[in-house]
Amino acid sequence: MRELSLNVLDVAQNSVSANASEIEIEICEDTAAHTLMIGIYDNGKGMTPEQVQSVRDPFFTTRTTRKVGLGVPLFKMAAEMTGGSLEIESTVGVGTNVRAFFHTDHVDFVPLGDMANTVVMLAAMNEHIRFLYRHAIDGREFLFDTAQIKEILGDVPMNDPSIMQWMAGYIKDNIQELTEVQ
Amino acid sequence: MKSLEELMALRDAAKAKMTAREDSTAVTRVVVGMATCGIAAGARPVMNRFSEEIEKRNLTNVTVAQTGCIGMCQYEPIVEVTEPGKEKVTYVLMNPEKATKVVVDHLVNGNPVVEYTVGALKK
Repeated sequence: MRELSLNVLDVAQNSVSANASEIEIEICEDTAAHTLMIGIYDNGKGMTPEQVQSVRDPFFTTRTTRKVGLGVPLFKMAAEMTGGSLEIESTVGVGTNVRAFFHTDHVDFVPLGDMANTVVMLAAMNEHIRFLYRHAIDGREFLFDTAQIKEILGDVPMNDPSIMQWMAGYIKDNIQELTEVQ
Repeated sequence: MKSLEELMALRDAAKAKMTAREDSTAVTRVVVGMATCGIAAGARPVMNRFSEEIEKRNLTNVTVAQTGCIGMCQYEPIVEVTEPGKEKVTYVLMNPEKATKVVVDHLVNGNPVVEYTVGALKK
């Protein structure tokens, strides 16, 4: 993967497959400490401890759970390459939390990339799921909630190209604002 | 800075388009493979290009959707175009430039771009 936002797009598809009705994506950057945390939380069907183990290992997984393949292992690798780590907590019937930690000053750190696009694509292609996107940089935060967008849109679908482009621009502008107020 | 007021204006415009679409039953579906294999091969910029071109050319009778892995990972990004009453056309090894050509030739003018299809792959 060329940017972490693509890993997020991929790993969040597991939450969609797990029949989640709500998925939260959290980005937390600390520029002074050179750390980045990416969290993906869902209220989907969850996994047993055995399944959680197998998700981390691509060779153990492929045969048993077809829905989970290389997504999590690639994400884990991206984190570990920077000296970071990946954690998964999951409870059957409750949901799954995936958190990846990165050292942004490490030479092998892959840039976060276009998160706005990832969020828009997930939201527009999974109209029935509520997506929350929380992006914090040094304590300042932007929150995007598709429930608010849907309230405005009414019966107009989020996957209308003009709406998708507006959402991408809106998220991008707000992230930009977070980085500018230093 | 984009505002929520702008979104309301877009909603009203989209609503008008939807009403226009209801009159024609013919909706063409563009489906992009977005599993790990597709994303790693560059499916996201392909999807974006379709979305932008469809918006730019005001093609109200075309919808864009995503699907998972269809088992031809080495040919990703894969895009399937289904026109009503016609056989599905499967495009392989797509990129944004090819996507633009598919929009112009296939979606606008009705001529599938044969050289990009799975059938044109060298055996």
